[in-house]
Amino acid sequence: MSTIRFVTPDGLSAFLDFLAQNGRRVLVPVEKPAVKRSVVFEPWSAGRPFTLEKATVPAKAAVLPQCETLLSYKKTKNADDPAAVTLTLDDAPEAVPTVVFACRPCDARGYAVLDRPFLQGPYVDPYYRARRELLTVITLSCARGCDTCFCHWTGGGPSSPEGSDILMTEIDDGYVLQSITPKGEELLAAAGLADGTERFPAAENARKKAWASLAPAPNLKMAPASIAACFTDMDFWQHWTERCLSCGACTFFCPTCYCFTITDEGEGMSPSGGRRLRSWDTCMSPLFTREASGHNPRMVKAQRMRNRVSHKYATFPENWGAFSCSGCGRCIGNCPVGLDIREIVLAAVQRGAESMHEKQEQ
Amino acid sequence: MSVLDGKELRIVGFLCNWCSYGGADTAGVARATQPTDLRIIRVPCSGRVDPLFIIKALFNGADGVLVSGCHPRDCHYSSGNFYARRRLEVLKQFLPVLGIDDRRFAYTWVSASEGQRWQHVVTQFTKQIHDLGPAPRLEDAEPLLKVADMALTALRPLGTGQHAALDALKAAIRAKLPELECIIGWQQGRDAAHTVPLFMRTPEDVDKLVWGPFNVCNPAVYLPSFKGKKVGVVVKGCDSRSVVELLQENLIAREDVTVFSLPCEGTLDMARVDQELGRYTTIDNVAYDAAHVIITADGVAHSFCMADCAQGKCYGCATPSAVLADERLGTPVEVTPSDVTPPELALLDAMTLKERLSFWHGQMQRCLRCYACRNACPMCVCRDYCISDSRDPHWMTQEASAKEKLFFQTIHALHLAGRCTGCGECQRACPVGIPILALRQQIARAVAQLFDGYKPGLHPEDVPPLLGYEVVEQNIHERDWK
Ligand code: SF4
Ligand code: SF4
Ligand code: SF4
Ligand code: SF4
Ligand code: SF4
Repeated sequence: MSTIRFVTPDGLSAFLDFLAQNGRRVLVPVEKPAVKRSVVFEPWSAGRPFTLEKATVPAKAAVLPQCETLLSYKKTKNADDPAAVTLTLDDAPEAVPTVVFACRPCDARGYAVLDRPFLQGPYVDPYYRARRELLTVITLSCARGCDTCFCHWTGGGPSSPEGSDILMTEIDDGYVLQSITPKGEELLAAAGLADGTERFPAAENARKKAWASLAPAPNLKMAPASIAACFTDMDFWQHWTERCLSCGACTFFCPTCYCFTITDEGEGMSPSGGRRLRSWDTCMSPLFTREASGHNPRMVKAQRMRNRVSHKYATFPENWGAFSCSGCGRCIGNCPVGLDIREIVLAAVQRGAESMHEKQEQ
Repeated sequence: MSVLDGKELRIVGFLCNWCSYGGADTAGVARATQPTDLRIIRVPCSGRVDPLFIIKALFNGADGVLVSGCHPRDCHYSSGNFYARRRLEVLKQFLPVLGIDDRRFAYTWVSASEGQRWQHVVTQFTKQIHDLGPAPRLEDAEPLLKVADMALTALRPLGTGQHAALDALKAAIRAKLPELECIIGWQQGRDAAHTVPLFMRTPEDVDKLVWGPFNVCNPAVYLPSFKGKKVGVVVKGCDSRSVVELLQENLIAREDVTVFSLPCEGTLDMARVDQELGRYTTIDNVAYDAAHVIITADGVAHSFCMADCAQGKCYGCATPSAVLADERLGTPVEVTPSDVTPPELALLDAMTLKERLSFWHGQMQRCLRCYACRNACPMCVCRDYCISDSRDPHWMTQEASAKEKLFFQTIHALHLAGRCTGCGECQRACPVGIPILALRQQIARAVAQLFDGYKPGLHPEDVPPLLGYEVVEQNIHERDWK
């Protein structure tokens, strides 16, 4: 049985104070005022205003920072023997115990997607692992869907617990918190919050209502095969990619995209030493695949879009049994030209169904 | 020992090989006493000095930067310093919008024989930097978030464009279809309250064309990618200026492009519309009257008055009708231009230098370096070869600091100097709403002041001011070193 607690809206600050104990970094959604307002995750400190809105930028950086130092090194000359240098190297992951507070189920499912290549493959990424092991995810279930998001197409939903340690649901007078994992349970048990068992049915009701707000999801079972079947049909990809500007917004705002590049800065002898950096990269950029010779296997944007869609809806599912898209809709809402991945996936599925049909008729 | 009391500051000097470096040498040989704060970098010509060298120095710890070249008319390469003069003056007027005191940067002319003048310049400039003290650093500035005031008055009444001659436009496009590879316009996007670019190739595609306040994207951004092909484009007035600027720079050929236009009554600031709509699942209806758009989402009606919710650029728009068109539908609208300060720039104008530094620190922190701003810009034509991504030359690192991110914005702004038409696509594209347009607007204002009111993208035959020079510049004056 999971641990169920209840907190009133007024009690949230005290709960955050508790979460921030023992040196934990608590990432909360913070509103950035501007003519175009945005919401980003930032470390909480007592008294700091926060919001419970869905963030513009998912909290992916908690496990995969925009840029991190993989290793730093320094060379120092030996005073007695100028020819000899001493090399010191630090490759310890930069990881601090972190709580992500009030991300949405699609964000939390993002961690579940990232875990597969980074933790479950033949090579475990030590930097990712260090952060992930120290991460606790408290997810706020969504009260309703929206025009751009489609979590339930991808195996999730507005109250999906996947990737979360604690699931929080808004009810009339506050929030019901339900532990999902032992880690979440331990944290909740220590939080000193009121018992929420009595209110749990109200939370379940709210979750049902959220589900009811979603339009029925199409069946994407055939998506991997259909998209794979479209692979060589460049007209198809060209058609759907025409308006793409080849920026990186769709991938950089995605909770499941994890491609990175590695660059070196500085040098051992310089005062600040040398650093090896890992930073986000995007398959939508032509540079992503440009080789040292100048040859580029993904020269045109249609090939790059094909990669992005295939990776999420065909090859990742083939390798890991799940889509690497949690349906958060950020790539749609944040694309400067409103490119809609749903349209492409549906078009591919339909094309797949048609060709299947044709084959049967032959 | 420094001739000035106190601690040395970091001053970087870019000196041309032929004159100023020689001048410094002459001063040295003559054993003229000089302050020692200046670190000299020898360059072949002042024309070699990319304004970004100066920004990069100032962002990374320099307290002052001095550029010195041959006197005008005396350039070893004839005209390098003429080009430099324009660029460096624009840079000088740009620095304050970043929160950098423009007195931290100076450019001047010193010949190889002017050892004494060199001594004087260095002493004066060093003293000036010492008076200013160590430069404040972006990363130390307390982040500050302020919002532009969007309560603006338009130069003319804005409307919803529902009486535009859309059918006539479609007929004109259909007639041209056979001759053109495609015609770029707008179609409905994910719902009736959003549009996306449309590429018309068949008569059925033309049926999808829409016209109205949701047509926010600038279709000119796609034109260079069709280079060498016959292509059509439907434009609003502002978009037409991008087309003209592309023509000015020979980035597209006049004979390849057919421009279709309708007079524009304004477009919506979709950020504010989306914010007002909030989370919705369905758009039930979009209705219009002359001045309002009424969007019904999940059963709730939201009314948007064009006078209140237009894009910032629309309020000061003096070119609602295309400045260049092959097929002009509807009756052109004349608007008397007026110097309105755009809202983003007005916000920065009202701040102190210190506040501006804080502002950019606060704003750039949330930039993800997604480069939607760059790629949405119709004038950013390097596309796949942007120096922001290049390792050699190594302008930028991948570090996620506000400084690196702001440095990219200065790259974009300076590369757009005298070219940016103010279409605002960079800012509209930014998913996290960073008011980056202000940087471009400041440069545009400086360019207009320096070059007789020059505005990019009005006349195809105009030479962009930073691609040319006058031997005697009317509005740029030699600094007095007294
Ligand atoms: S955000 Fe849109 S325009 Fe940018 S790369 Fe992605 S799909 Fe293309
Ligand atoms: S691909 Fe798009 S919808 Fe899917 S998880 Fe990424 S940003 Fe969200
Ligand atoms: S996709 Fe939408 S409804 Fe689903 S979890 Fe994310 S925000 Fe909530
Ligand atoms: S700037 Fe002018 S032409 Fe452009 S959308 Fe606004 S009103 Fe229309
Ligand atoms: S669009 Fe915005 S977030 Fe993206 S790189 Fe430009 S300023 Fe940064």
